[in-house]
Amino acid sequence: MSLSEVFFLIVAAIAIGSATLVITLPNTVHSALFLVATLFCVALMFLSMGAEFLAAVQILVYAGAIMILFLFVITLMNPQRPAGPDRLRSQVVWSCAFAVMLLLVLWISIQEGAMAALPIAPVSTTPLGLDALGIALFTTYVVPFEITSILLLVAMVGAVVLGRGRVQ
Amino acid sequence: MIESAPTPYYLVLSAVLFSIGALGFCIRKNPLVMFMCVEIMLNAANLSFVAFARHLNVIDGQVIALFIMAIAAAEVVVGLGIIVAIFRLRDSIDVDEVNVLRG
Amino acid sequence: MTTWVTLALALPLLGFLYCALFGWRVGRAASGVAASAAVGASFGAALAVAAGVSVLPESERFVTITIASWLTAGSFIAPIAFLVDPLSTVMLLVVTGVGSLIHVYATGYMRDHHGHLDLGYNRFFAFLNLFVFSMLVLVLANNFVLLMVGWGGVGVCSYFLIAFWFDKPENARAGSKAFIVNAIGDVGLLLACFLIFWTFRKVDFDGVFREVAAGQGSGAMTNIALLLLIAAAAKSAQFPLHVWLPDAMAGPTPVSALIHAATMVTAGVYLIARTHPIYEHAPLAMAAVASIGAVTAFFAATIALTQTNLKRVVAYSTLSQLGYMFVGVGVGAFGASIFHLMTHAFFKAVLFLGAGIVIHHLAGQEDMRQMGGLRSRLPVVYWCFAIAAAANAGFPLLSGFFSKDEIVSAAFLSPHGSAILGGSLLLTSALTGIYMFRAVSLTFHGTSNAHSHTGDHGVAGSMLWPVLLLTVLAVVGGFPYAQFGKFLHPSLTHWGGHPVEVANPVGSIAIASGIVSIAGIAVGLWLYAGDRAIPRRLGRSLGGLAETVRAGYYIDAFYGAVLLAPVRVIALISSGPVDNFLIGGFVSLFPAFARWMGSEFRHTFQTGYVRHYAAAIFAGAALIAIFFVYRIGI
Repeated sequence: MSLSEVFFLIVAAIAIGSATLVITLPNTVHSALFLVATLFCVALMFLSMGAEFLAAVQILVYAGAIMILFLFVITLMNPQRPAGPDRLRSQVVWSCAFAVMLLLVLWISIQEGAMAALPIAPVSTTPLGLDALGIALFTTYVVPFEITSILLLVAMVGAVVLGRGRVQ
Repeated sequence: MIESAPTPYYLVLSAVLFSIGALGFCIRKNPLVMFMCVEIMLNAANLSFVAFARHLNVIDGQVIALFIMAIAAAEVVVGLGIIVAIFRLRDSIDVDEVNVLRG
Repeated sequence: MTTWVTLALALPLLGFLYCALFGWRVGRAASGVAASAAVGASFGAALAVAAGVSVLPESERFVTITIASWLTAGSFIAPIAFLVDPLSTVMLLVVTGVGSLIHVYATGYMRDHHGHLDLGYNRFFAFLNLFVFSMLVLVLANNFVLLMVGWGGVGVCSYFLIAFWFDKPENARAGSKAFIVNAIGDVGLLLACFLIFWTFRKVDFDGVFREVAAGQGSGAMTNIALLLLIAAAAKSAQFPLHVWLPDAMAGPTPVSALIHAATMVTAGVYLIARTHPIYEHAPLAMAAVASIGAVTAFFAATIALTQTNLKRVVAYSTLSQLGYMFVGVGVGAFGASIFHLMTHAFFKAVLFLGAGIVIHHLAGQEDMRQMGGLRSRLPVVYWCFAIAAAANAGFPLLSGFFSKDEIVSAAFLSPHGSAILGGSLLLTSALTGIYMFRAVSLTFHGTSNAHSHTGDHGVAGSMLWPVLLLTVLAVVGGFPYAQFGKFLHPSLTHWGGHPVEVANPVGSIAIASGIVSIAGIAVGLWLYAGDRAIPRRLGRSLGGLAETVRAGYYIDAFYGAVLLAPVRVIALISSGPVDNFLIGGFVSLFPAFARWMGSEFRHTFQTGYVRHYAAAIFAGAALIAIFFVYRIGI
């Protein structure tokens, strides 16, 4: 087993473990922290695939900004009443079933067909780098780029409006 | 230099993460944790995109992943704003209480 | 020729349309005039047709007039086409001639004593015209399918007219009874048509009869003939399907005269006469026809002796005379039966119309026990009625004498006939004389039991003149018997038929029947014209028997118990448990399903919980993924 694979397996194990803890821990802050761990692992994955810029942005935006926002809101929301019993206990079983089903399907599709149909690029090829990303972003994908900026603007305005609370 | 593992590995990881995220969304009733599960799902998708981009030697997958990140950021902003707006007025954080659309 | 036939058919139809669509607007009295004029003009056209037929050489008196091709499917060809030959010409003349006179009579009858029109005046004439049209279609049709159209048409018009005053439930019931019993005949006719097409691959008379003459289809003849007999027996009210005719007297008297004496009930006789080639190849069926006819003739006569309702006496008399006609065709004397059909139309119409005048005069009284002494009040009617009654009984030299005698002679002399047959007919003739003049005496002789409300303002001309005209015909209508037979002969031999034609009706049998009828009339008068002591004594001693006979030998009760009761039980079960629980239950499953969708189903899937919705999306995604995996064949 090569180094890359070992690296991959370790990081993947951490990612999966963190994600599982996110969905199982009762304390919300603990969940948020383990989400950060998961995001960090994904960033490492990006690195191993040669998408360094993406890895950086992942840590900056996701782990840095989004999770901070999450933590702010968690501390802001201070429930006075203890949470009541879960009304939808039975759903756990069903959800697990569907999750397993989805997983199996994806597994099968990955194993058998899809990969065989795709041409396998030689691994030794230098992965495309930041300059290619920049060029693509500002030429082929310039329209979605601009629209995304407008989207961010809208989100900002929306956040302000929502955060205003009752109009006096 | 660390090179990438074979592409199917990444795809399987992506699938697993996605399933975990979806499962968590259905199981937890704290709206914030549910939102975190959405983030997990989005990341799984990003992982998939980048893996395919790597496999096919094109850059488009990374571009799309970038966009997804930007949109996820915007979504988190607005979504958390909504959650705050709704649950500020209530005493508990239980998404099951928001069932006005009950038929 | 084409024009005349088309006119003869179209005019009553137009009359029907006018009366139905406009009669209630333009002044209802006009309906009566229009309807009578239509049928009268149709009679004119009929005369032209008859003239046209007569000038043709004998072998060519078979004109087919096609209006439209109607039904054509492979070898099944049933056009709207009419066959004009001596037989249909005779029927045409009788229907339109007697029909127009009865229409004129009806314009006077369908009023109350102050001359106000009956409320359904235009409806009445509409149906009468429609009936004439249907009857003409029936007698002129050149194929079995079109004949069936006319057959059904007269049946339904009979229903409409019997149940004309439908606000009385018993009238509606009588109409239904007539229609339902007729339906049994319709089944017979339908099956006969199927069998005919099955056997001969044709349905038009000419084609079928040619095949019969060529010797085809020998195995099916008897079956076809028996099925046709069922149809004829239902329509002509022969035993055992006679039960509807006495009840049909619930309809207005012109209806009884036209439909239940002169025309519709004769359709059965016409049918058998028309299909004589088939019958001549089915001796068993002919024997059946004759037997049924003889039985009906006799037992109807016995019942007529006991009836107290004037119209019912005449109705049973009709049954009896139809029995004679059936005997006639049953022994092969087709021409004689048609001749009797014609003379019977004359004198029976007089009897019904006369009875109608009496009833009208007495403001609706039909019970003879409440009548009497009308001879002085309605002298003209009395004489007309008496003459017609004598003709009915076969009094020598009146029309009924000639026609009855032909049949009786044929019954004795024909190879299909027998002495028993002829003897029973003679006995029935005697009874006819008795019951006919019992009716005459009870109604017109003696002292008045009647409580008349009309005073003596006389009888309306519109009612009297048709009666007079028909009486004249009843007197002289029998004389041209030889010419009649000769005229009809081609119809009966064109397709190789061998009708029994009694060469010399004036012979020993004629003398015998003449004596018998005079004797019967005399006995009737003797018993009833005086103080009626003997009938009263007889009635007391034979009380039970008389009661049975009066009730029609309880045949109605028998049918009610054996046939109707099970049907009623089935109807009760069907309308009760089956309809309410089975079918109703099944049908109510649909609204129940809709209700379930709206409540239980809805509550299951529209819970308002975000996580439920998320789980549903999740499940859907999983299923779609599975679908794609298997679809793409991974």
